[in-house]
Amino acid sequence: MSRPSTEDRVLGALRWTVIAVAVVVTAGPLLYGFLLSLRPFQSVVSEPLDLIPSPDEITIDAYPTAMAEYGLGGNMWNSLQVALATAALAILFSVLGAYAAVRLRFLGRDTVNVVFLGVYLLPGIVLAVPLFVLLSRVGLTGTLVGLVFVYVAQTVPVALYMLRTYLVAVPSSVEESAMIDGCGRLALIRRVVLPLALPGVAATALYVFMIAWNEYLFALLFLVADRDRWTVSLGIAQLTEFSVPTTVLMAGSIAITVPVVAGFFLAQRLLVTGLTSGAEKG
Amino acid sequence: MRATSRGAVGVRAAERGTGRPAPEPPRGRRPKPLTLSRREDLHGRLLVSPTVIVVALFAVLPFLAVVLFAFLDVRLVDIPRLYLDNLVFTGENVAVVWNSPRFWSAATTTVVYAGASAAGAVLVGLAVALALRRPFRGRGLIRALVLVPYVLPVVAAATIWKTLLNPGYGLVNAVGVEWLGWSEPIAFLTTTSRDLGPFEVPVALLCVIAFEVWKTFPLAFLFITARLQVVPGDVEEAAQIDGAGKTRIFRHLLLPELAGVMALLGVLRFLWSFQNFNDIYLLTGGAGGTEVLAVRVYSELVVRANIGTASATGLLMTGMLLVVVAVYAWMVKRGRA
Repeated sequence: MSRPSTEDRVLGALRWTVIAVAVVVTAGPLLYGFLLSLRPFQSVVSEPLDLIPSPDEITIDAYPTAMAEYGLGGNMWNSLQVALATAALAILFSVLGAYAAVRLRFLGRDTVNVVFLGVYLLPGIVLAVPLFVLLSRVGLTGTLVGLVFVYVAQTVPVALYMLRTYLVAVPSSVEESAMIDGCGRLALIRRVVLPLALPGVAATALYVFMIAWNEYLFALLFLVADRDRWTVSLGIAQLTEFSVPTTVLMAGSIAITVPVVAGFFLAQRLLVTGLTSGAEKG
Repeated sequence: MRATSRGAVGVRAAERGTGRPAPEPPRGRRPKPLTLSRREDLHGRLLVSPTVIVVALFAVLPFLAVVLFAFLDVRLVDIPRLYLDNLVFTGENVAVVWNSPRFWSAATTTVVYAGASAAGAVLVGLAVALALRRPFRGRGLIRALVLVPYVLPVVAAATIWKTLLNPGYGLVNAVGVEWLGWSEPIAFLTTTSRDLGPFEVPVALLCVIAFEVWKTFPLAFLFITARLQVVPGDVEEAAQIDGAGKTRIFRHLLLPELAGVMALLGVLRFLWSFQNFNDIYLLTGGAGGTEVLAVRVYSELVVRANIGTASATGLLMTGMLLVVVAVYAWMVKRGRA
């Protein structure tokens, strides 16, 4: 073996610097938020540099305060309903659509694909204007149902795209033999294709859930007038407008982050394959 | 819930369609069952129809509406009296927006914001992907950690950043004043510009760009990592044996392999940062020289309650995006030819 060159040594050092900086910068803010949520607000203001809370001042009071007093608990319940309904509908629609796109040749398939790609690239803020107008015209703003439909339309193309890559991996020979045995198309999807692609379907569902859970713009436009219907993202964003102690805001932020990050780590491998095969909007 | 029951009805209808023999009038002498390809065609259309309907109603129709609204004299208060037969057409909205200096300054800010964010995200993603290329103990965990900003709810991320940058008790200002000798805390998110030696630094704009890079580089990292995994290893090995240094291998072997995915990522990130509303609105509300087009659309709609000018702004914004898409498509086509 030859002696490592200067170039190699410089690059080696650079490599570890990049890794160290990347870890601090990506995980740091979340950790910072978590540590602040455990300290009394007074202590944060007087000693901003003391990151680690001292053992005698650690308190989890900010969490119940955020959930009950500032109403984030109720907002979280709204978000959960919206995100679950969105994920369920988007998966139902996109499983059917993805199956058709992968297995069936039908008239207009290419047109449909182009339209979906267009939707994928259309600015959300541009669609927000007419959606707000049209939905208020039919009285759906201020309802969670209207929000769910908007989210489904926004996520179905992505979900369909992700599912396509998972469904391609299901061998079509199994389907053919099931067809010959007299299995109808929908039964086939439910009994044969779905079980085989289940991990991918679960990952896609989680992804759609995350998008709906994290969404802010449409929630702001549609729901801002009615505090009882706020989603939790909207709730926290509205609280920052008032002089709510930052520790409470941090507690709220951590609380909405935990389910998302936990779900992501559980399904990470599958999600990464699904994501890198189709780019994501956001 | 209404949504699910409607979905279920659709499914049942589709099931009926598949169960029965040919539902259409018989051709020729006797009713024939559908041929395989015709059945495929019918099933395909039925299966894709729920998706098509929801996308048509909640994405395509609104887009057509935005084109219409851009040429209507209509305000928020007019919504209850909005009927198809009493529309008042006008070219005023587009003219007003086009001639407004505020629109063009927002357009410039948007281009700078989107360009810098896209370039930053791709370059940082590349650096991290290269650093994490060779396996080492704990790489899996670090890879997962690096993805955290990408999955973090945007509201949580923005709230934490606002606290970090807070002039009163934020960590960044505390470090700056305490350890770096700043004379006073900096209100990062509201300062339009600040003299730093000979340069004038757009502080708030840089902050929102940094936020966007931070939030989106993980996606670039994922794509570049995926591409790096399929780079053939033998050529690289041969180059190494021939004594090529790592920088040269990168420049002449890896970079050409990665150029395609990096260009695609750059364009996609540009398109998405160009339309970004959440991050900027949450961090600065458009203050401090960070008013981008998306924030203008929002304030035309909500603050000025003018649907017409909001739609016109959105329409012009979409036009600009289309130009970018067209240029990219043309370049790809030319590259292939």
